[in-house]
Amino acid sequence: MEFTVNHQALAYLVAAILFILGLKGLTHPASARRGNVYAMLGMMIAIVATLLAREVQSYGFIIAGIGGGAIIGAIVALRIQMTAMPQLVAALHSFVGLAAVLVGIGTFLHHQTLGLLNAVLMGEISAGVVIGAITFTGSIIAFGKLQGLLSGAPVKFAGQHLLNAVIAIVTIALAVHFAMTGSLLSLALMTLLALIIGVTLIIPIGGADMPVIISMLNSYSGWAAAATGFTLHNNLLIIVGAIVGCSGAILSFIMCKAMNRSIINVVFGGFGSDGGTGDSAGAQAAEKGIKSAAVEDAVYWMEDAGRVIIVPGYGMAVSQAQHALKELSELLGARGVEVKFAIHPVAGRMPGHMNVLLAEADIPYDQVLEMDEINPEFPSTDVVLVVGANDVVNPAAKEDKTSPIYGMPILEAGRARQVYFLKRSMRPGYSGVDNLLFYQDNTYLVFGDAKDTIEGMNTALKGGGH
Amino acid sequence: MPEALDPSLIALYVFVLACFIGYWVIWGVTPSLHTPLVALTNAISGIVLIGALLVAGDPQAGLLVQFIGFIAVLLASINVFGGFLVTHRMLSMFKKKKK
Repeated sequence: MEFTVNHQALAYLVAAILFILGLKGLTHPASARRGNVYAMLGMMIAIVATLLAREVQSYGFIIAGIGGGAIIGAIVALRIQMTAMPQLVAALHSFVGLAAVLVGIGTFLHHQTLGLLNAVLMGEISAGVVIGAITFTGSIIAFGKLQGLLSGAPVKFAGQHLLNAVIAIVTIALAVHFAMTGSLLSLALMTLLALIIGVTLIIPIGGADMPVIISMLNSYSGWAAAATGFTLHNNLLIIVGAIVGCSGAILSFIMCKAMNRSIINVVFGGFGSDGGTGDSAGAQAAEKGIKSAAVEDAVYWMEDAGRVIIVPGYGMAVSQAQHALKELSELLGARGVEVKFAIHPVAGRMPGHMNVLLAEADIPYDQVLEMDEINPEFPSTDVVLVVGANDVVNPAAKEDKTSPIYGMPILEAGRARQVYFLKRSMRPGYSGVDNLLFYQDNTYLVFGDAKDTIEGMNTALKGGGH
Repeated sequence: MPEALDPSLIALYVFVLACFIGYWVIWGVTPSLHTPLVALTNAISGIVLIGALLVAGDPQAGLLVQFIGFIAVLLASINVFGGFLVTHRMLSMFKKKKK
């Protein structure tokens, strides 16, 4: 029996359903792994159905490409550290973007040879190439910022928005010209300008907004796939692209809401940097009337506590403290202390980053709670341990109307009986805003590397405490 | 003979309806799995692979086009394999408390 386009369309439908069920699996950790398997199955069906198509005649390049990709992908996926997930995701987004550009250009050249070009097709090619190119360079910039190759500080200059607008208008004009004439030069220039837009769009966004950037580029990579689907009249690409595009857009929305900022504000009004001075933390703290405490003080109060809540932030990832935290929670648990973890939606460098790191350290997910679930529990909590988080517990967001972070929903750590803040130095958080929680009577700062500090606590607890 | 519907219009139908499906499915995802969600959507957006296969697999298109297709196949495959594997790795870490 011959494998016709109709058979292929049916196979694509099955694949689309499997992708949707796969994503649906992520509703709960218990069904998530099965979901991933559904999605893999969907991909396999899609690939096989494409390879059986009449258009695909030679397999040399394909086998080499898939084989090489499988090997590289597998090595990277198995070796990558969980703390580096944001970088990996940014890199993978850039690949989708570049692949979309190449498919667009390849399809153009292919159809040109066969004499099958028309204005609608070339318009669709333009969309795929432009969105793909923006995704490609934008993701490379995001990767550079996350990997520390580029400064996390927003890069801003006068007339930036005007320049972006001009480039965007010229790009659209070139796209129209290309669609009407099929000029290869227009296609090339348009691609080049779109690559530049990717850079200028992401470079002004500050390091503090990384979770939004990742989500936005996730969304772009979806729209790039959908545009490619329009080019190829391939419904599966359109469906998958639309769903991925929506997913990224929803995540961007959730992240923005968790910072009480609009997407426009994030994209155009970058704030936050890696900056700040790191001089003598203790002295600076004393000057400001901040109390510091020793590891033993924190241990003394924690071991007799009824409930301890740990608030992790990006600092936990930097010092790889999650495994030490797991031990701490077990040591405390063995003494009858209830230990919970509180996660703010924008903690870390990508959505859900902290949850993965805690899961990596084998901390059960039912011990890890989201902001809305845990906030009512702070007033009846004895000790809060803030590990490498800052802005997400800053009461200025509720109390200080002049603060740049005013209105941002926070973890109400300050309402607990005592707060121990693990800090390397007195540097402010990513937003550059001073944390009012430091000055509260019930707050103590414990200076030092988070991992070393927690390991110190573990040793003290193992030694029988006081 | 009835007037034929423009295929691009059908594509638009599919696109808009898929957006609605995406909207409802994604809002159901638990926030604790947002990183695996990004990784999984990343893997499935490697579906551009099937576009790349069409470019790389037609010898009529010439060697240059096939080579462009090959690079696209390679990149998309890294996404597909890397994305699914890393998602699997992450999801295997999420465990319930041992009773």
